[in-house]
Amino acid sequence: MHSSTVALAEQFDDLDQQHEASSLGMWVFLATEIMFFGGLFTAYILFRNFYLPGFEAGSRLLNVRIGAINTAILLCSSLTMALAVRAAQMAKKGVLITFLLLTLLLGVTFVAIKLGLEWRHDYLEGFAPGVHWTFNGPDWRHIELFFVFYFFLTGIHALHMVIGVGILTVLIILAARGRFSSPERYNAVEVAGLYWHFVDIVWIFLYPLLYLIGGRY
Amino acid sequence: MAGHVVPKKLYILVFAALIVFTALTTGVAFIDLGKWNTVAALAIAVCKGSLVALFFMHLRWSSGLMRIVLLAAFMWFAILVSLTLADEFTRQWTPVPSSWQAQIQQNIR
Repeated sequence: MHSSTVALAEQFDDLDQQHEASSLGMWVFLATEIMFFGGLFTAYILFRNFYLPGFEAGSRLLNVRIGAINTAILLCSSLTMALAVRAAQMAKKGVLITFLLLTLLLGVTFVAIKLGLEWRHDYLEGFAPGVHWTFNGPDWRHIELFFVFYFFLTGIHALHMVIGVGILTVLIILAARGRFSSPERYNAVEVAGLYWHFVDIVWIFLYPLLYLIGGRY
Repeated sequence: MAGHVVPKKLYILVFAALIVFTALTTGVAFIDLGKWNTVAALAIAVCKGSLVALFFMHLRWSSGLMRIVLLAAFMWFAILVSLTLADEFTRQWTPVPSSWQAQIQQNIR
């Protein structure tokens, strides 16, 4: 049996078509994800218009330094993911596992900083709507609403990160077992990469919308 | 066949640009530009997102099929945002008929 026939599922004419089909599947899923996050973004934009002073005050209560550091961590993880896909394209097993592990580590760091440092801080300061809210200054109801959006948007984003970490774990196990020993089998890594980069793009928009446009001057 | 293998140098260049953009958008937020703060923040975010999609997600080398899917998603998102905001911004254009006032008062109570 020719080696390429092993990597090729029988419903496809050739590997190019198979590659195109798997990428298209992920892009269609990502389109539904844009709709999913899009609803929350639209609601955020609308309510920000309703209660601008409160939302700007809420935005200034977030720690911009932690936000910037987390942005950098996520961008690093995207680079290592891109390099992992590259390693899979060339069937370099050791390099692939190294970069997948690095991506996983950076992803876990992001979630740890987000939940363990930021959320914990917000909770202790009394900025957790419905759970622990102690702030009674001006516009406090609108600031509370800002924090509802903040927790939902960053929470759903963090959930996507956790799912991404799960996908990476599976890929690392598969890679260790030699699943990607031929360049023809890199599709799974490519598609996981698309997902990971998409979650990165969501954060690229969340960072300015939540942390920056309230004005820091 | 393993798709288009992108040079390592290009990935690192794109990553450097992303970090520079992050520093830029963070810096701009500390300068008072009025409404332009929001415009700058979103413009930079669009640039960063495009860099990730084009290079990290290989859209630059993908077939038109993938681009159409992405374009369609953004079209739908644009419809969602623009129609919602169109409603919000034009609500004050016509006065509330005086005959409705009693009804409104009742509802508020």
